[in-house]
Amino acid sequence: MVYLTRKCEFSASHYYHNPEFSPEENRRIFGKCNNPNGHGHNYTLELTVKGRVDPRSGFVVDLKDLKEVLNREVLEALDHRFLNKEVPEFAQAIPTTENLAVAIWNRLAGKMKIAQMHRVRVYETPDLFVDYYGEE
Amino acid sequence: MKAHLTRRYWFSASHRLHSDAFSAEENRATYGKCNNPHGHGHNYALEVTVAGQVEPRTGMICNLLDLDAAVERHILERFGHENLNLLPEFSGQVPTTENLCRSIFEILQREFRAAHLEKVRLEETMLNSFEYAGGEEIRR
Repeated sequence: MVYLTRKCEFSASHYYHNPEFSPEENRRIFGKCNNPNGHGHNYTLELTVKGRVDPRSGFVVDLKDLKEVLNREVLEALDHRFLNKEVPEFAQAIPTTENLAVAIWNRLAGKMKIAQMHRVRVYETPDLFVDYYGEE
Repeated sequence: MKAHLTRRYWFSASHRLHSDAFSAEENRATYGKCNNPHGHGHNYALEVTVAGQVEPRTGMICNLLDLDAAVERHILERFGHENLNLLPEFSGQVPTTENLCRSIFEILQREFRAAHLEKVRLEETMLNSFEYAGGEEIRR
């Protein structure tokens, strides 16, 4: 089994707010991230897939194809978007890095016919990232 | 939905690698430059990984403000800008980054109860890093 990781970047804005909480609770729990006008990050996404090396091509997966799926399923939906307002997963769920990693996994999992997914890692900043391996 | 969150922190500290179990020659042979009696320092990069279910109401494994506060109080204030050899944690053990990594894991496991502490990773320099998960295998 060989593991292959492809990295890509996107920029998006978000804010954290749960309408079930009072304004005070929202501010206490989410701090600065509760500003309703939103703020943004340069996210880095690392997708790791695994598989046997095809003896004819020497590839686990054709990177052109992997890039195409990432562009279509993730980057077109998330890059330069306001996550709360423009990405359906975050109409209800809070667009934390945890939920973003889960949403990206779920977007890719249904469409990834060319390789077996191992891990989605999302960096919100260089000092904060979340790993998701699907349902454990 | 179980996820794994990693937060990165920095602190600077000095140390000297020297074991009372070795002779002066053995200490020099084992630790080389790190045995310099005056000590030397590093900028340590610390990665703390917690794991758990994503809480649906907050979208979080645990509140980052709580994690940051616990690491600040129990690790960065304790070790930052200190001579590690003089701290109680290293009165009976050599302050190698292996031992420091294990100490940090044990302190956080004791002091931070808001989420499961999965792993601590400590970079002594950009070329050396150490990981400890309480004796568990580390998932890649």
